[in-house]
Amino acid sequence: MPDTAQNKGRMLTFEILQYNPSDPQSKPHMVTYHLEETLGMTLFVALNMIREKFEPDLAFDFVCRAGICGSCGMMVNGKPLLACRTLTKNYPDGVLRLMPMPSFKLIKDLSVVTGQWMDGMSKRVESWIHSKEEVDLTKLEKRIEPEVADATFELDRCIECGICVSSCATALMRPDFVGAVGLNRVARFDVDPHDERTAEDFYELVGDDSGIFGCMTLLGCEDNCPKNLPLQEKIAYMRRKLANVKDTGGGLEIRVEG
Amino acid sequence: MASIIEGYLGKRVDGTKSRMPARLDRWQSASGLFLGLFMWGHMLFVSSILISKDFMYTVTKMFEGSFLFAHPHPIIVTLSITFVFAIFIIHAGLAMRKFPYKWKEYKMLKTHAFALKHEDTNLWMIQAFTGFMMFFIGSVHLYILMSNADKIGPFASSDRVWSDGMWPLYLLLLFAVELHGSIGLYRLCMKWGWCNGTDARAARKRLKKVKWAITAFFLTLGLLTLAAYVKIGMEHRNDYGQRYQPTTAMTAPLHLSAQEVLS
Ligand code: HEM
Ligand code: SF4
Ligand code: FES
Repeated sequence: MPDTAQNKGRMLTFEILQYNPSDPQSKPHMVTYHLEETLGMTLFVALNMIREKFEPDLAFDFVCRAGICGSCGMMVNGKPLLACRTLTKNYPDGVLRLMPMPSFKLIKDLSVVTGQWMDGMSKRVESWIHSKEEVDLTKLEKRIEPEVADATFELDRCIECGICVSSCATALMRPDFVGAVGLNRVARFDVDPHDERTAEDFYELVGDDSGIFGCMTLLGCEDNCPKNLPLQEKIAYMRRKLANVKDTGGGLEIRVEG
Repeated sequence: MASIIEGYLGKRVDGTKSRMPARLDRWQSASGLFLGLFMWGHMLFVSSILISKDFMYTVTKMFEGSFLFAHPHPIIVTLSITFVFAIFIIHAGLAMRKFPYKWKEYKMLKTHAFALKHEDTNLWMIQAFTGFMMFFIGSVHLYILMSNADKIGPFASSDRVWSDGMWPLYLLLLFAVELHGSIGLYRLCMKWGWCNGTDARAARKRLKKVKWAITAFFLTLGLLTLAAYVKIGMEHRNDYGQRYQPTTAMTAPLHLSAQEVLS
């Protein structure tokens, strides 16, 4: 294509946070770059161009570039988004302010470790099937109704991108809050017939003010999840379920010896 | 002993978690629900002044027990307000657990809310702010009415609004309650999924519209009502303290039939 005035894209302005917490000399600051927009430009393309042209050191994460791996979440003009799925043409004034997602450990610039946070969450909600059944590989698996399987798969679509955490004021104010991703995980095992855990068991994991009862229903998760998971519905469902768990325990146990 | 063990160790003696967080969450919502619905009824009653002074008079006499007794008993009103005040205090005590307390929390909340520009987060900010306001203005209002339960009526109330200078407080209270209450009721539906139906997302959109309509309705009604009391209060300023005498016999049949019932 000839480089005529018509084909020239508009100039985009990127303001990008730069900071390296492991370097004592480094101070958090914003750096501005101007870049010509190309057809169908995503933030993935733009950031790579910036790295190539201006800032070889710039740190940011991408793996799949297709909204599948969940590693490219960042704050774009205050909203957490998957950068690989964010088109620059959706920003009419051409100004994009990029910040790392808060609530996760910052490595450098736009690169954060969501994995560590997600590990903690997975351990807390015991994100694995709890079953007493012995697996017998010589036998056919138990049949599951397609609707039930679908309901489980639906909630299993979470890519652990952390966007629900970064869009939730509760999670940002209170770092011990389990977050929508954690509550969705509980709902996922609750609906899965392979998991034998009861409401009482889930109560032990998230039945407190840093769990389900800490949710203030701000619905940032519901409105920003890139996978469109039904977070409002599932969190409300788990809340009803756990708020009504019977109180069977708590009894006094005193052993008198001698 | 079990309670001491739980207090120190954060675990009950059988190793399970306390059910208290669940209970507190339910009470927070139940008290909010009660107050939210009560405020709808309350607004409809005080706006009776828009129909006529006689009608408002009848309504106040009804709350003083005109349907049961021959003479008014303002103590009924005092006790009712005491009850509402108690729920108000319980609700405030439970809901304030969600406030940002430390500067760091507040800073994070403010930065995030302003950057995210997300409607429901902003609605919560309004709710927290108006909730904080009501600690003070709500308490003043409730205490004054509790201790002046015999001085509610077309003239007595208007004198309070105008001559006693209460109208600025009522104006603030009106906005605080109507915003806080309707946002709170909407949030309750989202929080517990009461209105989710088969399509939760469509239901939410609809409910949001209903919420704004309710806010607009009660704010308009409230402003008109306040204006009516201000107007009467201004006209009545020189007769401050004088009580209203009903012009029609609107309440008489009520008294009679009640007495007949009792005799
Ligand atoms: C001093 C007075 C008050 C304070 C400090 C207060 C504070 C709050 C706060 C901070 C919340 C949010 C709770 C959360 O996010 O979990 C809330 C919720 C709510 N408030 Fe209030 N409020 C007060 C009075 C009222 C009044 C007078 C009404 C009735 C109009 C009301 C109705 C509600 C409702 C319906 C909710 C939702 C309940 C829930 O989420 O569980 N509040 N309040
Ligand atoms: S629930 Fe949605 S926003 Fe949260 S981690 Fe999973 S995919 Fe990301
Ligand atoms: S790079 Fe995998 S989701 Fe964006």
